[in-house]
Amino acid sequence: MSRAAIFRKISAATAALKIKAPRPEYDASITHSTPKLAGSNLLEIFSRNLAEVNGRTLLSVAELVEFLTKSGQLRGYCDPLLYERIGAPLAAAGLTVETTYEPARYDDYQFGITRASGAIAESGTLILDDEHTSRRLAALSPWVHVALLDRAAIHRTISDALAALGNSPNIIWVTGPSKTADVEGILIEGVHGPGEQIALVL
Amino acid sequence: MFGTQLIDDYARQIADEKQASVLNGSAAGTEKRYQVLHQDYAQPDELRHLAGSIKDHTLHHLGDYLTQAENSLTQRGVHVHFAETDEDARQTILTILRQHQVSRLTKSKSMAAEEIHLNPFLIENGVECLESDLGEFIIQLDDDIPSHIVKPIIHKNRRGIANSFLREGVAEDYNDDPQTITRRARIFLRKKYMDAQACITGANVLCADSGRLDIVTNEGNSRFGMAPAPLHIALVGIEKLIPSEADLAVFLNLLGRSATGQQLTVYTEFINGPRSANQPDGPEHMHVVFLDNGRSSVLASNCREILRCIRCGACQNVCPIYRQASGHAYRSPYGGPIGAVLSPLLFGDRFPEFADLPKASTLCGACHEVCPVNIPIPDLLLRLRDKAKREAVPSPAAIPMAPFALLATSPNLWRSAMSMSKAMNHLPLDVAPIKPLQDWLGQRTLPPSKGGDFRKWMKTRRKPQH
Repeated sequence: MSRAAIFRKISAATAALKIKAPRPEYDASITHSTPKLAGSNLLEIFSRNLAEVNGRTLLSVAELVEFLTKSGQLRGYCDPLLYERIGAPLAAAGLTVETTYEPARYDDYQFGITRASGAIAESGTLILDDEHTSRRLAALSPWVHVALLDRAAIHRTISDALAALGNSPNIIWVTGPSKTADVEGILIEGVHGPGEQIALVL
Repeated sequence: MFGTQLIDDYARQIADEKQASVLNGSAAGTEKRYQVLHQDYAQPDELRHLAGSIKDHTLHHLGDYLTQAENSLTQRGVHVHFAETDEDARQTILTILRQHQVSRLTKSKSMAAEEIHLNPFLIENGVECLESDLGEFIIQLDDDIPSHIVKPIIHKNRRGIANSFLREGVAEDYNDDPQTITRRARIFLRKKYMDAQACITGANVLCADSGRLDIVTNEGNSRFGMAPAPLHIALVGIEKLIPSEADLAVFLNLLGRSATGQQLTVYTEFINGPRSANQPDGPEHMHVVFLDNGRSSVLASNCREILRCIRCGACQNVCPIYRQASGHAYRSPYGGPIGAVLSPLLFGDRFPEFADLPKASTLCGACHEVCPVNIPIPDLLLRLRDKAKREAVPSPAAIPMAPFALLATSPNLWRSAMSMSKAMNHLPLDVAPIKPLQDWLGQRTLPPSKGGDFRKWMKTRRKPQH
């Protein structure tokens, strides 16, 4: 009922228009921010922009061990596909690493290690999708989220990343830690999601 | 016959503390937007104009794009519904919830849901419906209404929030440190997400080509709400469409910068179907409810440009009237310049009730300058003032202009009025028992009349000879 009525009203409204705006043609470069893209190395540009939104780039498992140990985040989840490369060395360093995520124990996981499907240099954004991320919750409920990023999967610009969005029914771009400024405009990180967002590039 | 406009009355009685919060928050928002946009782009106006023309094109071909979006979504297993009115939308959502036996859900911030008063309706019908955006959560605790599109509690301060947490049992003691407030909400809401049977969201943009809904949050509340919930319902205004995913580069770059001075909002989610088979988290069922609720009538009006709006709140931040009066003065979920245009149009049969809003503007044009989709808001305000005049909507605060018109069109009368006007300086206007005069003078100081000195001076001047 509603559907037909709405379409009827829309076509009456648009049929009455004397001039219909054509679809503008433009080059995607109009959306690119030159200062944000300064530099030639995509990983460097990505890391700089990620740092600007208070995220971190780590370049080895040893750096990750050091970060987690120093910040007291000692128990967490690791995507089983990454256990050998990342989980096992963390466990060997004395951290507790689980390869199953039990939703009922959502607060027990202090860190979560999952795969990113890509990243965007221009904005310091990590791209997660349903195929690469083993569990959405494991990338969300822990205080620290570590996304393993393949440096070859870094897109230069936001428009490049959109052109390569793919077919996953659920994709999320993560640009830094979860945050709010709802209370008097004061920035607080770690609202519902991670307070620390890490890109691990090995 | 004389009276005052509701919006003026509200602005006059607003508490100092509330006014200070609104003024500080909105001024900071304007400053941040300006810095980020101009730091990142040499010609930010080019991008704004482009965004406006993409939206215009979409709106002028809305039937085609809406059909395309519907097909894209349906093909991917999404149930698509259409709601002509607010009541249709509420009933459609309730029916879906009942089919899935939902008795508790979380909701991420949605202006469309505010517009149709979804929360109170669902609660009346026995569905526990919890707002998960920190600001909206506090609004719900206080049984308040949001006063800004992206900063719903811009009118509140930490002391009020700490008291609400204590009163409503979110916290066991009073603590007004913003970090503590945020942590307490984090702990409280996580339990609710994990326990919820559904998640309701809005959408910031919908791409017709792929059917992808784009939902942005900084807190991650919509992501968290949807991860454990088996059912996702998105309420989407029919004007949210853009032709293609490629166009998102224009809109995402403008939305974050205009709303909060960020290049991108932290979580930008693209959804066009239930979760993948290999993914344990996320809804198995997804419904999109397209909401008209007056939008197609706006499309038929001479104010259709307002449908370009992407709800960034930049016009609210920059508006001198909004800053003084607060969003609540506009008596609808949409405050500030956008509200002054949208409310009288959207709630069409209640036009006279909102006809004072377009007059609450100095027409300074700042809202047009900051608008990411280049909406000529001052022009639209004038068109709505004209509509009110044509439809003879009573205007309680209007000062009768007929005597002035008579004076101004007759040079002799004008001259004698001028020479008499010096006498006005000796009249005790500030105590005269004329209500509209008192209201007017309450906000302004009248300069002393010079009794036509300017005209005399003009007469002694000659045109410069070359």
